[in-house]
Amino acid sequence: MGEATTDVIQGTLDMLILKTLSLEPMHGFGIARRVEQVSRGVFRVNPGSLLVALQRLERAGWVDAEWRHTENARRAKFYSLTRAGRKQLDVETADWARRAAAITRLLKTEA
Amino acid sequence: MSLWRQLTSGLRVLTRRTAADQDVADEVEHYLDEAAADLESRGLSRDAARREARLQVGNVMVVRERLRASGWEHVVGTSLADLRHAARQLRSAPAFAAVSVLTLALGIGASTAIFSAVNPILFQPLPYPDASRVTMVWDYGADGGRIEVTFGTYREIVARARSFDALGVMRLWQPTVTGGAEPERLEGQRVSVGYFRALGVLPALGRDFDSSDDRVNGPNVVILADGLWRRRFAGDAAIVGRQITLNDALYTVAGVMPGGFENVLSPSAEIWAPLQYDASLPVQGREWGHHLRMVGRLHPGVLPEQAARELETIARAPMPTFPRVPWASIRKGLRVEPLQGDVTRGVKPALVAVLGAVMLVLAIACVNVTNLLLARGAQRRGEFAMRVALGAGRSRIVRQVLAESLLLAAIGGVIGMAVARAGVAALVALTPPGLPRANAIAVDGTVLAFAIAITTLIGLVVGLVPALQASRSDPHSGIQHTSRGAAGGHRTARRTLVVAEVALALVLLVGAGLLLRSLQRLFAVEPGFNPSHALSMQVQIAGRRFANNLGAVRQFFDGAVEAVRGVPGVDAAAFTSQLPLSGDFVKYGVQWESAPNTDPNEDQSALRYAVTPDYFHAIGIPLRRGRYLDARDTIDAPPVAVINESFARRKFAGRDPIGQRAHIGDTSKPWFTIVGVVGDVRQTSLALGVGDAAYTTTAQWPFVDNPLWLVVRARGDAAALAPAIRRAVWSVDKDQPIVRVATLDALVAGSASERRFALTLFEAFALVALVLAAIGIYGVLAGSVAERTREIGVRSALGASRGDILALVLGQGLSLTVVGVAIGSVGAAAASTALVTLLFGISHLDPTTYLSMIAVLMSVSTAACWIPAWRAARVDPATTLRAE
Repeated sequence: MGEATTDVIQGTLDMLILKTLSLEPMHGFGIARRVEQVSRGVFRVNPGSLLVALQRLERAGWVDAEWRHTENARRAKFYSLTRAGRKQLDVETADWARRAAAITRLLKTEA
Repeated sequence: MSLWRQLTSGLRVLTRRTAADQDVADEVEHYLDEAAADLESRGLSRDAARREARLQVGNVMVVRERLRASGWEHVVGTSLADLRHAARQLRSAPAFAAVSVLTLALGIGASTAIFSAVNPILFQPLPYPDASRVTMVWDYGADGGRIEVTFGTYREIVARARSFDALGVMRLWQPTVTGGAEPERLEGQRVSVGYFRALGVLPALGRDFDSSDDRVNGPNVVILADGLWRRRFAGDAAIVGRQITLNDALYTVAGVMPGGFENVLSPSAEIWAPLQYDASLPVQGREWGHHLRMVGRLHPGVLPEQAARELETIARAPMPTFPRVPWASIRKGLRVEPLQGDVTRGVKPALVAVLGAVMLVLAIACVNVTNLLLARGAQRRGEFAMRVALGAGRSRIVRQVLAESLLLAAIGGVIGMAVARAGVAALVALTPPGLPRANAIAVDGTVLAFAIAITTLIGLVVGLVPALQASRSDPHSGIQHTSRGAAGGHRTARRTLVVAEVALALVLLVGAGLLLRSLQRLFAVEPGFNPSHALSMQVQIAGRRFANNLGAVRQFFDGAVEAVRGVPGVDAAAFTSQLPLSGDFVKYGVQWESAPNTDPNEDQSALRYAVTPDYFHAIGIPLRRGRYLDARDTIDAPPVAVINESFARRKFAGRDPIGQRAHIGDTSKPWFTIVGVVGDVRQTSLALGVGDAAYTTTAQWPFVDNPLWLVVRARGDAAALAPAIRRAVWSVDKDQPIVRVATLDALVAGSASERRFALTLFEAFALVALVLAAIGIYGVLAGSVAERTREIGVRSALGASRGDILALVLGQGLSLTVVGVAIGSVGAAAASTALVTLLFGISHLDPTTYLSMIAVLMSVSTAACWIPAWRAARVDPATTLRAE
């Protein structure tokens, strides 16, 4: 947290979700917390955007959702990566790497 | 897979709304819990953690809404809600809903019915494979018009032309089938080999004709139509190879055409035999008569123009192996026209005009419903304003109003389909006899698609103006509901629509008026004979005892005419080879002894009638000079002829034609001496001019035409005599078919059937348009009077008399009408150019028609204005002022 916290870069939320889920199945808040932790608090995920994105990914067939009961008898929705989702993650990662490299190059030549 | 997920999860949300909502709520709630627990674990107090978590998540309701609004099912869900709302709205205003739905049903029904009639004729390709390659080939007549080709020309073109895959010629043939049930005269065709290949349809059973069938004195073989095969031969598949009896001769069945085969060149033909003309082309034979229709199938990729150019090249380069005769020299080349255009040629103007008219009706119906919706929108301003105030976006309001209009259109469309079905049945009953492909007129898939498309379009068009109007609602003034007079915007829109309606109605009225006056003018044309109290019927002789026995044939016809003359009530009876206005058109070359033809471009042929002596009396053609043909002119007497006035005037201007001599047809036969001149008769149509005509007696003509027309003049009701006359003919020989029984009055009326068809529909449409326009004017004025009650009250309180108020409102209504009439007149002048080919004897700008139709429209509009005006004049100033 703190001043450095920003929303995730536009267009990367799907990729971040898929990446996070590639480690293990998780519920919504778990994903948000993981993104925040791993980015060392640089990125914060907006809960509304996250849940809408999860619904979209589920419908696209990239993640599966499963309702489980938590220890305090609440229903919780757990998401896991599908085979198609893994493929999609590879695609998006490669794409991101290409773009990031390009931007880095651009910034370097500018300097 | 993802599509499947989209579908199933969307459907789950739609069908199990509560469970889906619960899922969303649970997930958001769980998220909150986890976030709070996380914060708590970092050292916040329970309450503080909870607060902080809520802060992070933001408005839970908004998150839930965002989740809900993200899937496709959301659009469906809200649309369904819109529809439910729209249905409730319509139920709450049943009068408005009923009028709108009926107006739309009328518009949609009428246009769908007309579309279903027009579609197979004008738009659908003919029912042949690669129908665009099927073309007609015509020779050029002396006047540059198209005429039928000769067998000689066909032989040469088949041998020399390279543009065609197949070429065929045909003529009509009417054999009588006997054996089994009662004798029946069939409609059929004699066709050359290649006819069916040119159309691209071959027999489903058996085989096509081949060149061994199509030669002079070839075998008696026939191909049957599916309908005839089922009707007469019980659909027996073993019929191929069997023999049937036609005209007392045995014919072997070679094949049966498939059930779906439509023979557009002769739709009623049910039986085909080979042409069997003489390939040695005797100059005096039928092989050189212009009476064959030629149809060809172009090579793929060859255009009709290219084929015409090839034929022109062939025509310019005669070859000794293909001799030609002077009257079939094909000097001017040959015409190649797509079959589709050929088939629709006669009816296209009427159909296009009717299609245009029905589109106008549809437009008026739409304008009217738009107007009604606007009026309702004005009443519902408060409701819309409230919704806007509660946060409904502009697009949401537009969607809701569009949902209402779409629902109206959909209900209108469903009822409209019922209207269309009834309309199609009425149309089929109304169609002119010459209408091609009339059997293809039906409410089918294409028509259904058209109706759905047009209904949706109407829903959108009709709803758009009111929707935009409603979305512009200013919540403040709307809710206050005080500024009644401020609704200027929708008033302008409604007035514009009324003006449009009046203008469209005038266009239709003028169209109907022009057609009506044309038909009146047409029927004022003298046909040249006296059609009242006269009956005609076609009598044919068939059977072996007549074959090659001219004496027997003559004996039968003489006996028949004698028997008919004996029927009580018959004044005169006679036979003729061709009957005016019946579609007959037989011409023979005429060579005058004293005035030889010098101009090669002059048409040397004349209509030739072979008649029995009493013909002129029976049909009522007046004598101008000399004498009629009579009983003296027998086979042994010197050959004589009578010509018509036009022929006499053209050929012998100022001189006496009596005593002149001419060859009619065969120049090797003796001269015919002219003994009389009779009045002109319209042979093809009342609208067309009179051609040259020559009459001889059947006795003096070298052969007997078959069939002949029997014309009977009655003392009383001609139609009532038909059974007795038929019995009289059959008393001579009971096996001879009699067909096409009709009074001459019916024949004259039927000759204008296409114009009458267009007129009937235009009259109906114009009437609908007039009623709709009147409703529109009334609606606008009534609404305006209701809104201005207070103003009117003030006016009368300040001293305006009832007359003043009446004049004020009437003036308002009539000024709209006048603007509409002005625009409509210009529109009618432009639109009526499309009617020109259907008009007769008047210009499409005929001032009488325009003025009388404007008068009709003005008086109807005045009547429509009167009721609101009268109501306004009775406004009691005291009541209205107190009501404020």
